[in-house]
Amino acid sequence: MATLLEQVEVDTELGGGGGGPPPPGAGPPARGGGPPPACNPWALAARRLWRNRIAMAALLLFLVIVVMCLAAPLYADHVAHVNPFVPNLNGHTVVNGKVVPVMQRGGGILKLGETPIGPTWDPSHYFLGADSTGRDVAALLLYAGQSSLLIGIGSAVLCSLAATVIALIAGFFGGVTDSVASRIMDVIWAFPVILLAICIGTELLTHSNGFQFGPLHVDASSLWLPTLIIGFIYIPYVYRPVRGQVLSVVNKEFVEAATAQGAGNTRLIFSEILPNVVSTVIVLLPLIVATTILTESALSFLGVGVQPPNVSWGTLINDGTDLVYTRPWVTIAPGLMILLTVLSLNVLGDGVRDALDPRAKLRVEG
Amino acid sequence: MLTFIIRRMLWTVLVMFVITVLVFIIFFKTPGVDPARALAGRSPNPQTLAEIRAQLGLGRPFPIEYGIMMKKIFISRDLVSYSNQGVRVVQEVFAATPATLSLVFGATVLWVVLAIAVGIAAALLRGTVFDPLIMVVALIGVSAPVFWVGQIVNMLSQSALHDTFLFSWVPPLGYTPFLQSPELWFKGLVLPWITLSILYIGFYGRVLRANLLEVQNEDYVRTARAKGISERRVWLRHTLRTSMITFVSLFGLDFAVLVAGGALLTEVVFGIHGVGYLTWQALQNLDLPTIMATTIYGAFFIVLINALVDVAYAWLDPRIRPT
Repeated sequence: MATLLEQVEVDTELGGGGGGPPPPGAGPPARGGGPPPACNPWALAARRLWRNRIAMAALLLFLVIVVMCLAAPLYADHVAHVNPFVPNLNGHTVVNGKVVPVMQRGGGILKLGETPIGPTWDPSHYFLGADSTGRDVAALLLYAGQSSLLIGIGSAVLCSLAATVIALIAGFFGGVTDSVASRIMDVIWAFPVILLAICIGTELLTHSNGFQFGPLHVDASSLWLPTLIIGFIYIPYVYRPVRGQVLSVVNKEFVEAATAQGAGNTRLIFSEILPNVVSTVIVLLPLIVATTILTESALSFLGVGVQPPNVSWGTLINDGTDLVYTRPWVTIAPGLMILLTVLSLNVLGDGVRDALDPRAKLRVEG
Repeated sequence: MLTFIIRRMLWTVLVMFVITVLVFIIFFKTPGVDPARALAGRSPNPQTLAEIRAQLGLGRPFPIEYGIMMKKIFISRDLVSYSNQGVRVVQEVFAATPATLSLVFGATVLWVVLAIAVGIAAALLRGTVFDPLIMVVALIGVSAPVFWVGQIVNMLSQSALHDTFLFSWVPPLGYTPFLQSPELWFKGLVLPWITLSILYIGFYGRVLRANLLEVQNEDYVRTARAKGISERRVWLRHTLRTSMITFVSLFGLDFAVLVAGGALLTEVVFGIHGVGYLTWQALQNLDLPTIMATTIYGAFFIVLINALVDVAYAWLDPRIRPT
């Protein structure tokens, strides 16, 4: 099956070794076309990413989702004319030209009790139907997306910043600093993510008046709490690969040369080591955002993440549990949004990794 | 080798100690939260609060409080859940373990077999249209929230398609102990097994495929082919064995996390009363003693399995021993 010719092709093909589909644009290197126009490695990587059409499509999908969620107030006010945060048990809406109540008597399989209206597929009247308190699911979906994306991206950024700083310090100074930092990370890593988040979340739930950190008052339902919790628990996840990269860079000759030139520690860390470590973080970032979005949805589903009156995709899925047999779209829609967002981020992450170093042995562990 | 094992075990004990301290701090020392009130659950009456304070020695110095709590969890095992009629927490955790183990073991067997199949298939079919196709399907598996997949599966199997031949055999949600009825035990667990493994098949399939393709460039594989060894043997005996190292180490970690309560979401969605379900119920009732117990036992299990995996890894690969 693998002839010698194929073996040679495998060796020289740029996309070899990575996980996921090889980028269609990065075929065998062009021969005899002159030097590539951009010599800056970042520009080269950007061009490789740009040529990777699947990754670009994924990026587009992600941006479309972000824009849609940011436009939530526009949709709620101007298209659907609802306030999705207010229960609407006695409201009415228009379906096929007829005025019908939002909560219908005798709906569902058993024909008992009240069932909210199902999807009308009409963007201005309960596009995806109503939930158990009569609220418009489609409008809620977009607002929930704001929370989910904000927490996901925010916690990923905070986590990456913290982990990079700690890894730089630990890797650069080595010795005791490194040992202590790595051991602390190991302990945090030993906790199953869900359990740790549940512990901290529960503890914060029992305190419903909010917290006082010196002059700052943080409301118990603030989005900062899930962001900080999720950001905190994933620090070891980013710390390990970054520290590995720092350790491999710290002993290189250019660092020694900079020291010989009289560079102090700050300049060494930020001007010599950091630029070489940044690519590791950039590769990890889409994957971390994907993971944080999934974690946030799981925590919100369990009730320890986003608290009312805020909504997120996870809380919507939780709300839909009672209606899953009669009005499945209340559950299907938020899950589908999570799936599409995380999928696009994963594909983009693969593309970024292939662009930054097609032969990279970078692997996200765990 | 022996020094490595001893050092690893000592480190494990230290980590376990730090974990108990950490959990204790989270539940007892969060600023502004009165631990007695938090432990008592919802709307406690003053007698309960006083009783808790006396039993747990709250208000005494930190090490004594810590010591009393640890004794109640590990030695006398009589930590009770104040919001759940004084049920003994540790015994509850042990009683819930068989359900979790059934779920996790079954899912594990399923995902290991399928992940290996998927990884090998994708690597072998590289260059054809099937490789990206398989990878995309795997990616979808990784990207779907597991509790959502469970809800959809429930919706289809319990309600929408329940009367068709596809799902008419599905029993109502819940767990039947094996000794009570093996048939129901199995039928009730098939769909949870599949749901739980989808995520891991996707992830491990991709990891394995990446490893297999990376190993293809190694010299010993080239030598094997040059020697004239059949393709099948090259793949199964030489390539697969090396690729399994990463697979096994990741697997150990994930398995430990699942048993320790990581399967919580699946258990909740399918109504299986395992350790994860217990934790979730405790969450609903703000029943802190149960959450503490499940967390500590769960974390312990993980640390132990981590240590065992490290030792096994060191035994398999002599290069990494001096750690």
